[in-house]
Amino acid sequence: MSDEKIIEIENLSKQFRDIKAVDHLNLNVYRGDVFGFLGPNGAGKSTTIRMMTSLIAPTEGAIRIFGTQLNEKRNDILKKIGAIVEKPDFYGYISAFKNLEMLGKISGGKISSKRIMEVLELVGLEKRYNSKVKTFSHGMKQRLGIAQALLHDPELIILDEPTTGLDPQGMKEIRDLIIYLSNEKNKTIFLSSHILYEVELVANRMIIINKGSAKVEGRVEDLLNSNKLKVTVEVDDSEKAKTILNNTSWIDKLESEVNGKFSFLLRQEEISGLNKYLVQNDVAVKAVIPTRSLEEYFLNITNKES
Amino acid sequence: MYNLISIELYKIFKKWRTYIGFIVIAVLIPVIQIAMLMEGQRSINFMMRNLQQSFLFVGNLLNSYFVSYLVLNSLAIHIPFLIALVAGDLLAGEATAGTYRILITRPVSRFSIATAKFTAGIIYTFLLILWLAIVSLGLGTLIFGTGELLNYSNGSIIILAKNDVLWRFMLAYLFAVLSMGVVTSLAFLFSSLVENAIGPIISTMAIIIIFMIVSAINISLFQSIKPYLFTNYMDTWRAFFDNPIDVHTILKSVLILLAHIAVFYSAALIIFKRKDILT
Repeated sequence: MSDEKIIEIENLSKQFRDIKAVDHLNLNVYRGDVFGFLGPNGAGKSTTIRMMTSLIAPTEGAIRIFGTQLNEKRNDILKKIGAIVEKPDFYGYISAFKNLEMLGKISGGKISSKRIMEVLELVGLEKRYNSKVKTFSHGMKQRLGIAQALLHDPELIILDEPTTGLDPQGMKEIRDLIIYLSNEKNKTIFLSSHILYEVELVANRMIIINKGSAKVEGRVEDLLNSNKLKVTVEVDDSEKAKTILNNTSWIDKLESEVNGKFSFLLRQEEISGLNKYLVQNDVAVKAVIPTRSLEEYFLNITNKES
Repeated sequence: MYNLISIELYKIFKKWRTYIGFIVIAVLIPVIQIAMLMEGQRSINFMMRNLQQSFLFVGNLLNSYFVSYLVLNSLAIHIPFLIALVAGDLLAGEATAGTYRILITRPVSRFSIATAKFTAGIIYTFLLILWLAIVSLGLGTLIFGTGELLNYSNGSIIILAKNDVLWRFMLAYLFAVLSMGVVTSLAFLFSSLVENAIGPIISTMAIIIIFMIVSAINISLFQSIKPYLFTNYMDTWRAFFDNPIDVHTILKSVLILLAHIAVFYSAALIIFKRKDILT
């Protein structure tokens, strides 16, 4: 990763009548990043991407891509961007090859038939190149969407929920493709998703947004480690455990207790201490089940707001 | 721009709805021609009933020119509908299909996209009128042969010599392209406003029908509005069959129709450039 900023978003807002879809959003994406853009449905992810691809105009704020204002040199910037925005729609009455050929003609460079077949092969559609897109399943259209985004070999690839509608195998293939594009082809990837797991697996940096504004931004690794885990502890005697815990500072960390299962919000290093304390006070610990921290973090942020 | 126009034409001619217009003309015109073959002479006799008492008419008056002239007269509503069917879909069709997203995220300005689409729409309009001319005059000549054109204008009958007609038809068809260009641009304007192609088709036809009704009703209020309705200038093609031709009337109509095209197209362009693509 480098220090060169590929995407700079400053105070970006979009208002649709009485709805503020994006609210003073700030973010930076650096060259070589696989940047996870996370948020629940309706958080403003697609609206932000639509502004980044000039489909809609911001109400306020600035978008700089490759160091240039998007509204000033739109075409120059779009030449270097490949994007899937929401669901992949194509001209259904035309073949996959012809769809890509048409898009290639207006992608800012000469796209050869060989290149079209290359990207179709990359997404596993080479055998269906001559089929009309209306005969494709949603998953196949999703792959074709990725093919059109890669067609002109862009520097920046914007993927808006690229695994939606794919089966587990298809999702894995897309993740592998993202890793390949990042590692082998040095592409910068902006990956929007509402699936945390997906982002965790491929992204090095991420932002979580909700109700149009950023909640947290940073390295995925740091966010994973810096946050508390939700730990569920199952004991043999819950009444005794409750009495013992009431006299300690552990009680401040207790989130809930249901049928002898206590849920705590703890740091990683506190887990063994709690376990030890319960055992020393003759409470048999049957299980300690940590929940992945970032997922909990994500849910905490988004649930609190909604 | 050439690339964009060729892509737009490819898309237009890959849709089956595009061929509805060509099929309708290919079916409707021969039906009219067959009907005229069977009963056309009666129409001519009716038109000439007074003159035939004093004059003797020789030659083939029921010919392809006469039939084509009648056809051109009777298609004032049908052809606009066939044009709105395609022109109304030019922008709204992309919104309905969700394909704006793959089109507008390319390094091509919205001005270029809209202009290419509009140009393709005008080319379609031209081809449809050309097809009308080919079927009407070409097939008509095979069935009826050619001859003098009997024409009724401003209360008097005009008979144009056989070798004086074809060029008038060519200019009349060109004028029809211009008239229908207004329909194309109006449907294109409506197409820029909505995200479903049905709306522009219905709106365009509604406006044409309302304007035609207002023009036809002989009430002073409506007659005062008439000069401001573009439909009032769409049938100026008839002036090419007058003798002498009223060049001033034709030029005035041409300018008014061109102005309408420019206004409708510019409005569509402004709307499209500012439009948030949410589909």
